[in-house]
Amino acid sequence: MSELLPPVIVGAGPAGIRAAERLVAAGLRPVVVDEAARWGGQIYRQPPEGDFTRPKKALYGFEAGKADAVHRAMAAIRDRVDYRPRTLVWNCEDGALDLLCDGTSETLPFSHLILATGATDRVLPFPGWTLPGVFTLGGSQVALKFQGCAVGRRVAFLGTGPLLYLVAYQYLKAGVEVAGVFDTTSFAAQARATPGMLRDPATLAKGLLFVGWLRAHGVPIHNGVRPVRAEGTERVDALVWRDAQGRERRTGCDAVAFGLGLRSETQLADLAGCRFRFDEADRAWLPERDEAGRSSVPGVYLAGDGSGIAGADAAELAGERAALALLEDRGLPVDAARVRDLDSRLARIAAFRRVLNTAFPFPADWADAIADDTMICRCEGVTAGAVREVARSGQAREMNRAKALTRAGMGRCQGRMCSATAAELLSRTLGTGPDGVGRLRAQPPIKPLPIATIIPSPPRSRANEVCADATGGPEVRRKRGEGQGEGDALRGSGQPVVAFQPPTSAPPRIPLTQPSPRGGEGTDTGREVT
Amino acid sequence: MALLQRVAEQGRRVVRFTLDGRPVEALEGDTVMTAMLTNGERLRRTEFADAPRAGFCMMGACQDCWVRTEEGERLRACGTFIADGMRLLSNGEWTS
Amino acid sequence: MMRERIDCDVAIVGGGIVGGSAALFLRQAGLSVTLLERDWCGAKASGVNFGGVRRQGRPLEQLPLSQRAHAIWGRLPELLGTDAEYIRSGHLKLARSEADLDSLIAYRERSQGFGLGLEIITGEEFRRRWPALGDRAIGGSLCPEDGHANPRLVSPAFARAAAGLGAMVREQTPVDRVEKDGDRFVLLSGDSLEVRARFLLNTAGAWSWRVAEAFGEPVPLESLHPNMAVTEPLPRFLDVNIGVEGGGVYGRQVPRGNMVVGGGRGFALDSDRARPQRDAVLTLMRDAAELFPQLRHAHVIRCWTGVEGYTPDRNPIVGPSRTTPGLFHAFGFSGAGFQIGPGVGQTLAELVTTGETAMPLEPFRIDRFPPSASD
Repeated sequence: MSELLPPVIVGAGPAGIRAAERLVAAGLRPVVVDEAARWGGQIYRQPPEGDFTRPKKALYGFEAGKADAVHRAMAAIRDRVDYRPRTLVWNCEDGALDLLCDGTSETLPFSHLILATGATDRVLPFPGWTLPGVFTLGGSQVALKFQGCAVGRRVAFLGTGPLLYLVAYQYLKAGVEVAGVFDTTSFAAQARATPGMLRDPATLAKGLLFVGWLRAHGVPIHNGVRPVRAEGTERVDALVWRDAQGRERRTGCDAVAFGLGLRSETQLADLAGCRFRFDEADRAWLPERDEAGRSSVPGVYLAGDGSGIAGADAAELAGERAALALLEDRGLPVDAARVRDLDSRLARIAAFRRVLNTAFPFPADWADAIADDTMICRCEGVTAGAVREVARSGQAREMNRAKALTRAGMGRCQGRMCSATAAELLSRTLGTGPDGVGRLRAQPPIKPLPIATIIPSPPRSRANEVCADATGGPEVRRKRGEGQGEGDALRGSGQPVVAFQPPTSAPPRIPLTQPSPRGGEGTDTGREVT
Repeated sequence: MALLQRVAEQGRRVVRFTLDGRPVEALEGDTVMTAMLTNGERLRRTEFADAPRAGFCMMGACQDCWVRTEEGERLRACGTFIADGMRLLSNGEWTS
Repeated sequence: MMRERIDCDVAIVGGGIVGGSAALFLRQAGLSVTLLERDWCGAKASGVNFGGVRRQGRPLEQLPLSQRAHAIWGRLPELLGTDAEYIRSGHLKLARSEADLDSLIAYRERSQGFGLGLEIITGEEFRRRWPALGDRAIGGSLCPEDGHANPRLVSPAFARAAAGLGAMVREQTPVDRVEKDGDRFVLLSGDSLEVRARFLLNTAGAWSWRVAEAFGEPVPLESLHPNMAVTEPLPRFLDVNIGVEGGGVYGRQVPRGNMVVGGGRGFALDSDRARPQRDAVLTLMRDAAELFPQLRHAHVIRCWTGVEGYTPDRNPIVGPSRTTPGLFHAFGFSGAGFQIGPGVGQTLAELVTTGETAMPLEPFRIDRFPPSASD
């Protein structure tokens, strides 16, 4: 047991904070790594240090109480955690994270890791979506609560999901003109979801209040909308859209805030070797987790929106639940009643999420309407037509191949902004389901890493180092290349890779496709490789 | 004309920096993105199409807001705070 | 389940740049070809390597094949319908000391007659032509017609071109069993596919040793994982593909502006997949920034590696089996198979169609390693 390392939590949003709180309560001193300067995550993001004066009620509205509780929870344990703000985790390899803070890289070994990496807006492209003035819904909210800024003077809100009406409402309350709410969901679909919404009357009431407030202030709300284009040359000056009857209409605005729900940040789970599965509700490949948050990799736990979209309330619960699982796996006592309570509350939220997904469905037909010359990859400037062409011509039947051939997902963001689109385009061109084209493999660094990164000297290598395994006993960690990462990179189409069965008796049956077991580290590292 | 509009908390200390050589002001606690977009309409021009960009996600995911300083440094504008004396560029380095 | 049966002249195991180009040239010669690839064609080392198209610096015994490949590279658009971002930018091997320079001069002398056209450039002339390299080197050896290409595009394109000429290309098709039945090779993929062929080409890269072993030819092949990284796009400062005498970092800037650099080794996740290794990545970044000061403020946006087969003497295994007529091997390029690959593919096609080749393959015999070296 002496070899156990402090638990490491990535992300200081609601999930990460509640996980840390629970671990501290059990007498552990977790490391909390977070890219932001202050804790709270995106949803409860705090303003920068300094002269920011708005009260929490103004920043978080109805959620001010929750935000404050989460902030206070972290403040209360601040001196009992190893808190690492402004720190990017750029890699996960061989039982250790690589951190970047103030330009210096540090390798942080872990025996237990909770990934609470959160989510960002899911988007599909439309002509003009890269123009200045077009931002995500989440980004538009960040501008307002974190910087006291609106993304424009007259803002159009486009897309679907709970954020759509919430952010429009927040803008209106902040005195910004809302040019309209352009909801991709049909009125009928929303009406169908209403009975289910009664399972969470508070959420329904808030939604109705936002809509009512917007209408009362003369904000037009349109359902069943599809975007045609954002117009402008140096910046957006209008949103052209198609109404539910198919008529093309134009709304003048100097900003568009848009999003289609959220998309999990799964890169670290991928690098940690977690097995992924396709999630119908999120229409995305997600790292597998059990109800407690255990991933397929012993010692790696998943909590919050980073492993499936369930919202901030669920994230708090899931963070605590993952911490309890971790404690249990370390042989520490856990409160069984608390576990049951968390599990039942998480189950209720999961059921309600399914209702929300019917109320805010992903507009799958949008992908078919994307013109071939529309840019889908903001980083590399890849068009929809390029992705369709490699599918149509038979060159790419899965995401990584399409990336290799078109560069979609190859740029600075590693597919965060384009992979949902690329998956839709590929699968619809090929006629597979959305799960039929696999997923992009994560590659280190998961965000751009300065080439001038300062390296701690001497660089540490942990191969064959003695360290703790996930169940607590020290063991000689396997040599590199002999394990981990089984879930990484479903080869090919995302279908399970059929394992070769070793030969049994007949000598002629030679396992030709089984690779060499003699692979290992070489020494002549300097040779130029063509 | 500015892209972002301040709607609150404007009583913060003024920070002075230059944008494409022009002396301009921002407020302490502004990100580089806020500082640039309250003084202009874009953060950069793209490498491949020379098109204007002004960021997108504001939370460090889309990587669309990398800007240059006159010293050649590259900053992710949504995650870097403005500081006195910064010399920021929003003009393309690809067209010159 | 119905087993599909294909009879053909030539079966090829492995759709990398060697297998793909062999398929293409065999189809041009009119033979029927079936190419079996368990992943996607060109998805392994052929498609994820550094992308250098380089003759300079190769052991002299490789140069005839390399020259043959050079001619093919010059015809890419005609052969593949794409230039695959291939540019003859020149390959410049840097000398960072007088001893390095002497060694480059010696290589130029030794390789005279192979047609590389090497130029030793030093001093003022060197600084004038490559101001970007500053004082990082005292000179270099330029091979003007070497260059670089996008391996992700080139390597799949060979198999695709072969398919366009009628080759049967089967991707996601692992070969589970191979044997010789009389004068026919029989290859089985699961229970669903049987391929029978008069000739068999073993071009399965790091996994080729299994085919060789099936025919009683064990080889000491080792899997290694060259480490690569690429920066965000940067203003163009470098037009040549850069290597360094004595090893270390190597780099090329693509026309879009990204700088691709390589050096060090990744590690195997399992026998099939590999990852860049953190210390290697950080060391590579430091070395690259030191060699190319223009990268000082740049960011690395992606790292990768691949699975490549290395032989003890770092020369490939190319040529006929010594046990089994009709079987030809081509693998073990030891991190230097990209440029030479199409030349090898063409030579394999020649061996199949004519039974002989003018290419000197003696140094690449499969049985050149002492038996003990392969267990």
